[in-house]
Amino acid sequence: MTAVGKQNKCVGVCVENVGVSFGQVEVLKDISFSVDRGEIFVIMGPSGSGKSVLLRTLIGLLKPTTGRVLIGDMDASERETHQKIKSALVFQAGALFNSMTVYDNLAFYPREHRLAKEPEIQVKVEEALEMLSLQDAAKKIPAELSGGMRKRVAIARSLVMEPQLLLYDEPTSELDPTMAATISEVIATLREELNVTSVVVSHDRDLAENISDRMILLKKGSILASGTASEIMGQHTEEINEFFRPEIDVENPRFRRQSEEKVS
Amino acid sequence: MVNRLKGYLGDLGYHVVLLGTALRYLPSLPRQLNRVLLYCFEMGYKTFPIVAILSFFIGAVLALQTGFALQQVGAQSFIGSIVGLSLCRELAPVMTAFLLSGRVGSATTAELASMKVYQEIDALQTMNISPEKILVMPRLVAAFIITPPLTMFSIFIGWFGGMVVAKYVNFISLSPTIYWRGMLDFMTQEDVTDGLIKGQIFGFFVILIACAQGLNTRGGPREIGFSVTRSVVVSMIFILFTDYFITQALL
Repeated sequence: MTAVGKQNKCVGVCVENVGVSFGQVEVLKDISFSVDRGEIFVIMGPSGSGKSVLLRTLIGLLKPTTGRVLIGDMDASERETHQKIKSALVFQAGALFNSMTVYDNLAFYPREHRLAKEPEIQVKVEEALEMLSLQDAAKKIPAELSGGMRKRVAIARSLVMEPQLLLYDEPTSELDPTMAATISEVIATLREELNVTSVVVSHDRDLAENISDRMILLKKGSILASGTASEIMGQHTEEINEFFRPEIDVENPRFRRQSEEKVS
Repeated sequence: MVNRLKGYLGDLGYHVVLLGTALRYLPSLPRQLNRVLLYCFEMGYKTFPIVAILSFFIGAVLALQTGFALQQVGAQSFIGSIVGLSLCRELAPVMTAFLLSGRVGSATTAELASMKVYQEIDALQTMNISPEKILVMPRLVAAFIITPPLTMFSIFIGWFGGMVVAKYVNFISLSPTIYWRGMLDFMTQEDVTDGLIKGQIFGFFVILIACAQGLNTRGGPREIGFSVTRSVVVSMIFILFTDYFITQALL
């Protein structure tokens, strides 16, 4: 595993034999992988394969039932680890604080932890807003923003935390192709400029192919394949097509009849 | 049946843990005075008008009912003491707590449940900011501060309502002097203090229940409504259940 250094120390993110169960339901089974520092690592899989549960385990919102997650040799299930590493999660729906303006959303973390005085916080927030081209949205509340803007605000809010590890939950979901490409670019740029380790959970094949260094493919809570995007896309084309086949069978005669009735 | 019992005990345990966790953050109170003041304003200012209206009419009806009965034996002069005692020892704290639960408790549960459903609570946790610290503890402190004055207002306005009825209803026609004199003769300072203590305990736990129900919400937006209903029902049961034991302890 590349994230394990010479003295057998974890230097990035090391997931070791992790299993997560909710009661009798085993959601993740014996998951092991590692993410290098500064790497973009993509976790792909169909709905219900345990991607989001894995992400929540990495950020410490869930404790693994078996195994452990290490971030730079510290246990990820301890909150202190995330405080030290400054890991941040960009939620699928943004999880912005709806009662605050965009500016206050971004300033919330440094204000609450008293990391800097107000003028310094203002500089940091304005930098993050500029980086994500959100200057015009600073005084708006999240409800006034489009889906793409909400995602960008969520990323900007994470940037203010100056994280070493940034986790993204479906960053391009519910976005049009142009906006999805923009978000992919943003993730790649952040890695280049800030050397942030990024773990991205996604359904988006384009994102995986274009920006990931390595990726894993999850199926029913287990790792089906791991490697670079081109290796996995080449070797597991059929499984991937199967995963992302539309759930509605448009060739089904009943579906056709209903569609025709609607049209008529 | 066993599962339901387990569920109730689990809920009770969650309330106790939440209270303990929130109280652990009490040393951060000086840094959160703004939040405490904001919640005091929301609980006090926004609940006050409805407390005033309800208390006035509770006092008025109480005077009317007792006045009707007492005038038959010519004992109208006792109206003041009856209204005074029942309001400050029982009705004002209970009604204030009910209103706090309906007005502030439900809004608190809705807000926290919505934050939970839309992952704002998770976002706080990933930022290493404890929801108990910034969402629960300041509310509990605000409830602790604001319920005694709110109950006091309720008592005064109820007494005033009783006086208006005692004076202006024909078959009672009791002068305000006799009304207040009757009240002062039979009441001690302890009666008022007991009522305020009761109100404070109810208010504190109503807000704790509201926070717990909100933070314990699971599922989608539909659950927000269920949590609000559960919060109000559990609060009311709690108030009526503990009322008996607190009354007994304070007698």
